[in-house]
Amino acid sequence: MFGWAGTILRVDLSSGKIVKEALDPNLARKYIGARGLGARMIADEVDPAADPLGPANKLIFAAGPLTGTYAPSCGRFDVVTKGPLNGTIAGSNSGGSFGPELKYAGYDLVVIEGKAAKPSYLWIEDAKVEIRDAGHLWGKIVPDVTDALRAETDEEAKVACIGPAGENQVLFACVMNEMHRAAGRTGVGAVMGSKNLKAVVVSGSGSVAAADPEAFKQAVMKARKKIKEHPVGGQGLKAYGTDVLVNILNGVGCLPTRNFHEGFFPAADKVGGETLAAKNLIRPKGCFSCIISCGRVTRVDDPKFQGLGEGPEYETAWSFGPACGVDNLDAIIKANYLCNELGLDTITMGSTIACAMDLFENGIVTLKDTGGQPLRFGDPEAIVELTRQTAYKEGFGAKLALGSYRLAESFGHPEYSMTTKKQEMPAYDPRGVMGIGLHYATGNRGGDHVRGYTISVEVLGTPFKVDQYATKGKAEVVKTFQNLTAALDSSGACLFSTFGIGADELAEMLSALTGVPYSTEEFMKTGERIWNMERLWNLRSGLSAKDDTLPERLLKDPIPAGPSKGKVNQLGKMLPEYYEVRGWDKNGAPTAAKLKELGLAGA
Amino acid sequence: MAKVLMIHADKCTGCRNCELACSQFHEGRFRPRLSRVHAYAWEREGLSVPMMCQHCEDAPCVAVCPTGAMRRNKAASSVEWNKDACIRCRMCTIACPFGNAVYDSDSNAIIKCNLCSGDPECVKFCPSEALTFLEGTIAVRARKKAYAAKFKEAFKEVS
Repeated sequence: MFGWAGTILRVDLSSGKIVKEALDPNLARKYIGARGLGARMIADEVDPAADPLGPANKLIFAAGPLTGTYAPSCGRFDVVTKGPLNGTIAGSNSGGSFGPELKYAGYDLVVIEGKAAKPSYLWIEDAKVEIRDAGHLWGKIVPDVTDALRAETDEEAKVACIGPAGENQVLFACVMNEMHRAAGRTGVGAVMGSKNLKAVVVSGSGSVAAADPEAFKQAVMKARKKIKEHPVGGQGLKAYGTDVLVNILNGVGCLPTRNFHEGFFPAADKVGGETLAAKNLIRPKGCFSCIISCGRVTRVDDPKFQGLGEGPEYETAWSFGPACGVDNLDAIIKANYLCNELGLDTITMGSTIACAMDLFENGIVTLKDTGGQPLRFGDPEAIVELTRQTAYKEGFGAKLALGSYRLAESFGHPEYSMTTKKQEMPAYDPRGVMGIGLHYATGNRGGDHVRGYTISVEVLGTPFKVDQYATKGKAEVVKTFQNLTAALDSSGACLFSTFGIGADELAEMLSALTGVPYSTEEFMKTGERIWNMERLWNLRSGLSAKDDTLPERLLKDPIPAGPSKGKVNQLGKMLPEYYEVRGWDKNGAPTAAKLKELGLAGA
Repeated sequence: MAKVLMIHADKCTGCRNCELACSQFHEGRFRPRLSRVHAYAWEREGLSVPMMCQHCEDAPCVAVCPTGAMRRNKAASSVEWNKDACIRCRMCTIACPFGNAVYDSDSNAIIKCNLCSGDPECVKFCPSEALTFLEGTIAVRARKKAYAAKFKEAFKEVS
């Protein structure tokens, strides 16, 4: 096969059995790879009722066909599983060199099954695959595990691992690769921990080949040019990172502040990308095959928060910053470093702390509950200390380790949790950006921005601008972004490649690479198929239309101040239209006709 | 004056597009292991350093080659390897102080940069100008000025 490695590696940690299977070309065409193929396998092989942290769940590391080639900013992979934070068909996407290395070792997907009897790691050196003892690594933080594993395998090997948070099955633990890149969301790291799997280490000496190298090169050059010439993809993200969004979102009054009580943070600039570039940035960094380089290598000199590492991204600067009322960038960066070292999702971590502060400020959580530590909005030391406590489930950290929904619910006030389907929403206040609210409500993994980034058109105006407050037509916008991203993720592309290119360019590159003639229409249809397949599985797992909603606060309490003052999200006006444009019935279930059209009948 | 390939490690983002472009051009596939250039990453420090044949003026690989397979092309300012004259003794791989010439047993070849015969593919794909291909004099001047700029910053702080 061209583009695809053509092999699925299946590892049963319970029995130690290791099997290699040929990738079915028809399935590959229908689901492309990475997220799509991974989700297809979870849907086929994991009971929707399975305990996400039990041995019946599976954990799939999946690369896309573009992964490992010079398609610009297309070197990504997905970790797909049934997520422990909310039980959906979940997964998370990461960059770096791990995905490409998997391809060079000869695999599109690695399916991890069962549970190891003792702490273990998987060592993949081309065709040679071993389950090895990881007793000496258990308890170690991510950078130390990474160094130790390379020393005992291959200095140039790529390491994806969990930190103490994953071992302790914190429900939003992430999988870290190459120390600083994260498959952050939905708790994929907790699933890895539940399987006693500390790391997957890969060294690949092989290659990825294009069906038509010359056509592929031409398509790649065209895509590179478009990204380079784009103001965000070509310049903005390299200069300021994604954190440049702080001032932009605050400027339109949609920077969620103090657990979504407000949408405007007067001190926003203190935590924005411009300040980061002036104060902490050492250099920009790019993932494999990336020409954008939004990564931030940073340093903090303040002795209280001193460190060297990567980040923050916008979402992180927001979750530990404005969401917690904190305007101390050094503290935010330190909390980010801790999340990377301990293996925690920064969005859910920061938002859960914000929720705890909200509960405390309102007298619901008391000093007795927190072991004597006050949880006040704006406390820079608290965000750092609570992050550490959470990874080790120490004291009040044991409650935070469950995420904000279970935390707030355990105190009888789930309405304080700013989640949809129990996963924390990211840094865009849906009261002032209608479409993103519809996406939060209908997202297949709950609160999420990267699988339906309507902010692109609603706020940033790329590739065109729509009114952020309008509800009309948003259903179609959300559907289009959701379908596009499903296909894009499955190809191995980074979402940020869309700051320059779209379905046309991706389909063109994919076709030249694989030799499978993907038209733009087939590419988008594939995305729609993946979205519907994920939806079907979620419905089978017990979710329903009533879960397609937003926290009451965002539907009823208007934004109190700033440019979006007075706004609430008008979900009720958009949701029925969304079901309609999706070809779903009024209960949010795909109709038989839609399933037939997508080749999902009988699924 | 022939052009030279300059490495500016301070500008490298670690994306490895150079390795991809190189292996695709020379091997017809994306295979970083057989690339003539490697961007080595230090993950803790978030630093990457590209390494490739420096085409030395007084090249140890040329000096040690018993058959003249490795020879200096003065006009192109490059060191070239002639596969037909080579006896695969691999002395060049030992002699290179940087490890920039390696032997690949699968293809029975010395893997070393040849500047793509004067139009390096890696330079075209580098998104951050960490690899540049410039007239020798311009390249030297640019580098000198870059270092002078660093001194300027240091002086600014103490003065």
